[in-house]
Amino acid sequence: MADAMQFDLVSPERRLASLEATSVRVPGMAGDMTVMAGHAPTITTLRPGVLVVEGTSGTQEYVVTGGFAEIGAGLTVLAEKALPREDVTQAEFDAMVADARAAHASAKETFVNEPGPVDDAAKLLADMVAVGDHIGLSPSN
Amino acid sequence: MPSLKDLKIRIDSIKSTRKITKAMQMVAAAKLRRAQDAAEQARPYTERFNAVMGALAASVGDSDSAPLLLRGTGKSDVHLLVVLTAERGLCGGFNSNIVKKARVDIARLKAEGKTVKILTVGKKGREQLKRDNADLFVGHVDLSDVKKLGYANAQDIARDILGRFDAGEFDVATIYYAQFQSVISQIPTAQQIIPAAFDAPEEGAEASTLYDYEPDEEAILADLLPRGVATQIFAALLENGASEQGARMSAMDNATRNAGDMIDRLTIEYNRSRQAVITNELIEIISGAEAL
Repeated sequence: MADAMQFDLVSPERRLASLEATSVRVPGMAGDMTVMAGHAPTITTLRPGVLVVEGTSGTQEYVVTGGFAEIGAGLTVLAEKALPREDVTQAEFDAMVADARAAHASAKETFVNEPGPVDDAAKLLADMVAVGDHIGLSPSN
Repeated sequence: MPSLKDLKIRIDSIKSTRKITKAMQMVAAAKLRRAQDAAEQARPYTERFNAVMGALAASVGDSDSAPLLLRGTGKSDVHLLVVLTAERGLCGGFNSNIVKKARVDIARLKAEGKTVKILTVGKKGREQLKRDNADLFVGHVDLSDVKKLGYANAQDIARDILGRFDAGEFDVATIYYAQFQSVISQIPTAQQIIPAAFDAPEEGAEASTLYDYEPDEEAILADLLPRGVATQIFAALLENGASEQGARMSAMDNATRNAGDMIDRLTIEYNRSRQAVITNELIEIISGAEAL
């Protein structure tokens, strides 16, 4: 069995998880990556996605909307907003998608001649919808 | 000299005041526990965040390519003071202390010839600062409808501030809030949030970890700095929440005790004048009987 490492998932409002994990799949900005014990120290930003934690006592999944992860001796995920997958309701998901849509719309307005921020916001929105596919929800409007 | 009836009325009214202050004290105690809990819950995030930011900031350094939020605009002509206070009063010197600290800095900055702008969060701070600095106001955030303070509230405030920064409305932003020390002591604190001032990582253990960055340091920094502003504001709001309840608790405790003292004093006065009346009546009866 692979070695375990300390895994912490914290959001600004509370600590969601603190446990021993064997591997964690992190939705990094540049692509998913699986972190196991002994991973090189890395800091990455997150895109909206699903965080899969293989703990010593089973697998848990969390939906995160963004933030960053710090891999040092253990893995610390600082999520902007994080929820256990089973707690994500349709209403909750709709609110997240609506937020992303609003951000996209305002980016389009503010940066008319700069594609950068608009593309970023569009990617955020697409990622958010993709999260829905992953957990079996689709935006209701 | 107040009549017996007047005294009785006053005693009764102070008694009901005491009941109210006692109730407020107990409510504040319960809320304080919750506010402290919330502050406690938020601490791991803030600590990790600041540690990472400190390491990042140190590695990017003062190079010209560093984001404006970290490096500053290179000037400090226009200061934005973000004053965080409570929505309600009856909490001792809590609001006044924060405002006093802000006022001192306003006077100092003005004397140095800087431009000062004020953004208030919380009704009480606005009321107090409006009196002599109404012309400096650029905005106000109303949180009176907010039942439970969330990170989203802090994000809204941060977005407002960042928008103003991007528009070049100010060079330096400082938040004012009260740090919770204990129920009897809350320390008004000023903290600079833009340009970001992070504690440098400690020499030795921390600094020796060399991180890989994905995508790259500067992209991460650009992504995290705005979040850092929100995180700091959130932490300050939570500290403020705990301080407010703590201050209210001790203020109401004092008020309850004062009311008790007052009731004792008035009761003595009431009994004295009651006895004086009885003695008077007796004298009248006796002297009436003697005259016969």
